[in-house]
Amino acid sequence: MLSEPTVRELESTARRLRVEILKMLNMARSGHTGGSLSAIDLLTCLFFNRMRHDPGNPGWESRDRFVLSKGHAAPALYACLAESGYFPRDDLKTLRRLGSHLQGHPDMSKTPGVEVCTGSLGQGFSQAVGLALAGRLSGGTSRIYALLGDGEVQEGQIWEAAMAAAHYRLDNFCAMLDMNGLQIDGKVSDVMEVNPLGPKFLAFNWHVLEIDGHDFQAMDRAFEDAEKTKGRPTMIIARTVKGKGVPFFEHKASYHGVPPSDEELGLAMEHLGHS
Amino acid sequence: MIATRDAYGQTLVELGRENKKIVVLDADLSGSTKTALFSKEFPDRFFNAGIAEANMVGMAAGLAAGGMIPFASTFAVFAAGRAFEQIRQSLAYPRMNVKVVATHGGITVGEDGGSHQSIEDLAIMRSLPNMTVLCPADGPETAAAIRAAAAYQGPVFVRLGRAKVPVIFPEMTSFSIGKGVTLRDGSEMTFITTGLMTAKALEAADMLKEGGISARVVHLGTIKPFDVDLVIKAARETGAVVTAEEHSVIGGLGGAVCEALAEGFPTPVERVGLRDVFGQSGTPDELLEHYGLTPAHLVEAAERVLQRKALTAESACTRSAAG
Repeated sequence: MLSEPTVRELESTARRLRVEILKMLNMARSGHTGGSLSAIDLLTCLFFNRMRHDPGNPGWESRDRFVLSKGHAAPALYACLAESGYFPRDDLKTLRRLGSHLQGHPDMSKTPGVEVCTGSLGQGFSQAVGLALAGRLSGGTSRIYALLGDGEVQEGQIWEAAMAAAHYRLDNFCAMLDMNGLQIDGKVSDVMEVNPLGPKFLAFNWHVLEIDGHDFQAMDRAFEDAEKTKGRPTMIIARTVKGKGVPFFEHKASYHGVPPSDEELGLAMEHLGHS
Repeated sequence: MIATRDAYGQTLVELGRENKKIVVLDADLSGSTKTALFSKEFPDRFFNAGIAEANMVGMAAGLAAGGMIPFASTFAVFAAGRAFEQIRQSLAYPRMNVKVVATHGGITVGEDGGSHQSIEDLAIMRSLPNMTVLCPADGPETAAAIRAAAAYQGPVFVRLGRAKVPVIFPEMTSFSIGKGVTLRDGSEMTFITTGLMTAKALEAADMLKEGGISARVVHLGTIKPFDVDLVIKAARETGAVVTAEEHSVIGGLGGAVCEALAEGFPTPVERVGLRDVFGQSGTPDELLEHYGLTPAHLVEAAERVLQRKALTAESACTRSAAG
């Protein structure tokens, strides 16, 4: 259970990170707005409350590891890494620029704190399963977290990896599903229905939790529950709102891969209490 | 005679004893790829992905990111084909320290037919930045190549075969990634070969010698990085080249040799390999005969290239006389 001040602090951090995300996307003039905003509360809870990591020593062997399998939400990850201190916040202004260490999709070779290369959907999830296997072989206590999109689970590789994680009883592995209900071409249910997801992962022998992905208490309880679960990996299905935090972006598939214009940025900043 | 996949299986076990970071993955073909030998001795370091090659490669990448040295095996057609994009994104792009050892390359897979005979894997893998591509000729060279791959930091694709092949390298031979070897000296033309075609080229060189033709044999156990210097040296010194591979003539060894020579030392080349066709069912020997991959076919190719070499020399003389 998080204390009230901790919840307020996480909410305030997430609000600040939303501003960073919108600013970097606006400067980059391209990138994925909606899915970064739907995921940022989950990432905030992980990076600033749950995970053991050391920005001063990104290679620390016993660290917990986070894999952004829905790699197009890179701005959310970069905002968290900068806020943690993996690199200067000013670097965020270089997102997607030639020569920048902040590529359009996460690149472990270029960005401190990025664990694996993701962006081609489905592949991060498999790599996270591999990291969990390696963690178990090394005998450490590190936990592996991965964030999937709900459109992403249309990839067949997701289900190959889901089978493997359960088969190898990876209880050091906790995946989250950012269920915002939208993908580039429209509603997930119109493009290719993926529901019911809870029963699917249950049938794949996962421990499944369903929560509100913008409720920090619920997230913390779910991470705690996952950590106590033995013999099975955990899937946290987090109901989220695409574009969350900026009313005119919310629930809109059209903001999947579109950055905020200067005018939209101004309005959004006002809404988020920044000017 | 020993199949390169058998040498691989035995070497993996030795590596497993020497280094606890060696882990092995397979996709339900461990009996055929010979990784089953490793799984018997080190069950905790062996991961069967089931019939799921994409996830196998992804898990291998994650294991490497977690500090392990993974070897991932399946048939070449599934490794380079089914899991191509995983090899691209999860291995080559980040230079992940994973060794993809693909057995059952080429037509000598035999009776299983064209669906299972990879004829394009070298071309596909060679086109990827950061990728190292090996194609050893026999058992001893395979053992050395697998050891070299394990010692190398970065992604490696190794192509091995199903069929037993003659031993041409000594036991405990060495393997230097990126370096070819001249197995037979010769002055009139050069066979540049890889994989099991190297043994056939040595036979062809013997046949040519009986006819008074001096043929060199250069074996390239590494397709990438490509030994441009050795290829150009052979072209410069012998003036004619025949390439031979158990692979399409497009994009693999023959393609690489032509690229190197077109830019570095234009020379008549004949490419022996599959002429832009898929394989089919048959015994390995029947298929090698049917698709033109025997020593006799290499001799014919040598004769063709020697004729072209003579014509080139003649036209050069005519040009200089006219000038």
